[in-house]
Amino acid sequence: MSLKILAVDDSRTMRDMIRMTLEPAGFEVHTADDGVHGVDVLSGLIPDVIITDINMPRMDGFGFIDAVREQKMHKVTPILVLTTEAAPELKMRARNAGATGWIVKPFDPVKLIKALQMVAG
Amino acid sequence: MSTPDPMAEIRASFFVECEELLEALQDGLQELFDGSDDPEMVNVVFRAVHSIKGGAGAFGLEALVRFAHRYETVLEAVRSGSVAVDQDLLKLFFRAADQLSDIVKDCRNEVPVEPERGADLLTAFDATLGADVEAPGAAVEDIDFQPRTMSMEFDEDDAATAAYRIHFAPEAELFETGSEPLILIRALQELGSCEVTCKLDNLPPLDEIEPETPYLAWDIRLETAVEQMEIEAIFEFVEGLCTLTIDREVPASQEDPQVPPPPIYDEQSPAADVPSPPTPGTEASITSAQPAKPPSPKATGTKSVVRVDLDRIERLVNLVGELVINQAMLSQSLETVGLSPHSDAMHGLEEFQRLTRDIQDGVMMIRAQPVKSLFQRISRIVRETSAAVNKDVRLITEGETTEVDKTVIERLADPLTHMIRNAVDHGLETTEERIAAGKSPEGCVCLSATHKSGRVIIDVSDDGAGINRPRVLQIAIDKGLIPPDSVLTDSEIDNLLFLPGFSTAKKISDLSGRGVGMDVVKTAIQSLGGRITISSGNGAGTTFSISLPLTLAVLEGMVVHVAGETLVLPLNVVIETLTLSPDNLDEVRPGVLVVRVRGEFVPLFDLGHQLGYRERQDSYMDAVVLLIALEGGGRAAVIVDNIQDQRQVVIKGLDDSFYRAPGIAAATILGDGQIALILDPSDIIAQTDEAGTHEKTLIAAEA
Repeated sequence: MSLKILAVDDSRTMRDMIRMTLEPAGFEVHTADDGVHGVDVLSGLIPDVIITDINMPRMDGFGFIDAVREQKMHKVTPILVLTTEAAPELKMRARNAGATGWIVKPFDPVKLIKALQMVAG
Repeated sequence: MSTPDPMAEIRASFFVECEELLEALQDGLQELFDGSDDPEMVNVVFRAVHSIKGGAGAFGLEALVRFAHRYETVLEAVRSGSVAVDQDLLKLFFRAADQLSDIVKDCRNEVPVEPERGADLLTAFDATLGADVEAPGAAVEDIDFQPRTMSMEFDEDDAATAAYRIHFAPEAELFETGSEPLILIRALQELGSCEVTCKLDNLPPLDEIEPETPYLAWDIRLETAVEQMEIEAIFEFVEGLCTLTIDREVPASQEDPQVPPPPIYDEQSPAADVPSPPTPGTEASITSAQPAKPPSPKATGTKSVVRVDLDRIERLVNLVGELVINQAMLSQSLETVGLSPHSDAMHGLEEFQRLTRDIQDGVMMIRAQPVKSLFQRISRIVRETSAAVNKDVRLITEGETTEVDKTVIERLADPLTHMIRNAVDHGLETTEERIAAGKSPEGCVCLSATHKSGRVIIDVSDDGAGINRPRVLQIAIDKGLIPPDSVLTDSEIDNLLFLPGFSTAKKISDLSGRGVGMDVVKTAIQSLGGRITISSGNGAGTTFSISLPLTLAVLEGMVVHVAGETLVLPLNVVIETLTLSPDNLDEVRPGVLVVRVRGEFVPLFDLGHQLGYRERQDSYMDAVVLLIALEGGGRAAVIVDNIQDQRQVVIKGLDDSFYRAPGIAAATILGDGQIALILDPSDIIAQTDEAGTHEKTLIAAEA
């Protein structure tokens, strides 16, 4: 069974990259353009893993993680934060918000898949 | 659509996205510049640069990443409030946006970007950040953007496996962040042979279990060939959320590990639920602990957008063009057959015609784009030019949302750039002159776009000194463009600027005087089916007005016959039609006819003669006359033999292999398959006018 991924990123390029990396590897990829859109998509989708950017319009990554964690259904859905920021305090902030792990952009396709498997089995 | 390289496609799409982001960046900066205090604006600007950096990193565009990163750092400082925004800083940001746009362009064209690019901007950034800037750039970036590669290779020397003892006790937070011990242990199992023992020591009696408190811990003995780092990598995400120790066993005797997987790992349920099914009471506490909020579906006002390859639209436009021709042919053949206009077939055809037109409009709409992107490019030109000539210039844009055919926008960029440079360089006076003239020291250039009777009007105006007509006339005479004894009206003098070989600049500045004169601008505009006019008041600035068709593909035309030829006149220039009679026809001097229309005399031309189809007729009594609106507000009347029809025609451009005859704009294929020329009446009349006043000039100019 292929893993369902929801990738939330305001950059079309990033969404395309994620899709291009994951689809050939057998993942089912859904995308959203920002946090608000991501929450919308979640009302009709139960992903195995959520990947989210931090800097986004309307609702940023932290807000999105909060919103996801508030929903019982997605309380333990693994969330990977995909961001250019490698700063430790950002990782901590993401984790405090409830993120499971992080991937530093630009991501290494192998690493991304590995990370997904790491959080979703 | 299959593309051999998906990466190349994404790369292309990245650059498209960059354009949008750069546009958003410009917009945001402009908003801030105009005094917006919306905190979201800074975020928008920041995100634009941030996203460009992110994408650039993915494609290994080092130079772009480097610059975007430095830009982003300053913006971050603004965002966090540690640096205050003022007009000077915004000007720096504008320049940085321009630089960023340049680097993006070079990256797209795969032109190597020299490392010192934008060094002055970077220095200015550093100065802005002041003392709290840490190690300058490079070092920080290297850390930031080094892709984290994991060592995957086996250590050859240590090919013999080593054994590790791992103790792993998750804390509650580990589960709260969505991690799962089962998966981590499975990942360990993939590294080598594992012996897993679940420690149940802390497990309280059933009735004391709190469902959200983890009680389990694991001891794992792992024999693996990989390095310890890699084992640690598995626990990267849960670092700090569990008690974890990894100890390498001193390689003593190799014992045979028997690996009976503890039954607990075969259970699919999350570890927190493992011990036993919770009592009903505790279950209730779970639900109350996390009130499930339904997702609030917010109505989002964002438009969804589809990106389509321009080629596909092109094909559609062509097809619709064929459809229009086809429909015209059908309509013509039904008429020939002599069907009653009230027959079902004719009614059906009418409907068909209406639908065709709607489809055509719809297709044209696809190609239409707001002129905003063009205007943004222009605002950059103004910044650069004004800086180069040391003038303080403000650009005012109006009608940015006016939509024009994409091709028109693209082909307008060069002529418009040139015009703007001219306006800043030549149109506006120097600051000292402005002050002396009692004007505001800051010059003003206005760029506006409006829709007017089926055309787009783009005006470029400045509030400079206006055209120095005596000087223009003198130059034209000096250069031998016109005879020394010429007597020209103001508007004729202004139009001298469009003559090839005319340049008023005392010294050719390296900005506007790049060997390109206004004549080139005029030619470019004309090739778009447009026209350019000029107006100027002494001391009150100059306005160039470009009038363009909305689309290059179809035209509402009037089909006329002249001297046995079928010709098409753009319908939007035809004001009215009338018939000549002794009452309204006058000859002011031999060969110069006028027609009186509602008490006003309008010059009258024989189209057949103007186009060289026939000699001047002796009598034009009862001839059909079309009253034409000329560019620049004038009117003229042209004589035709008869009017055939009024219909949409598909414009087929005359490419370079055809002689560009004056007055001929393009060609079309009519319903009966006949080819007809599309005329540009203003051009025809202009030729005649000029021929009358200074014919020699024209010949010289055309040569």
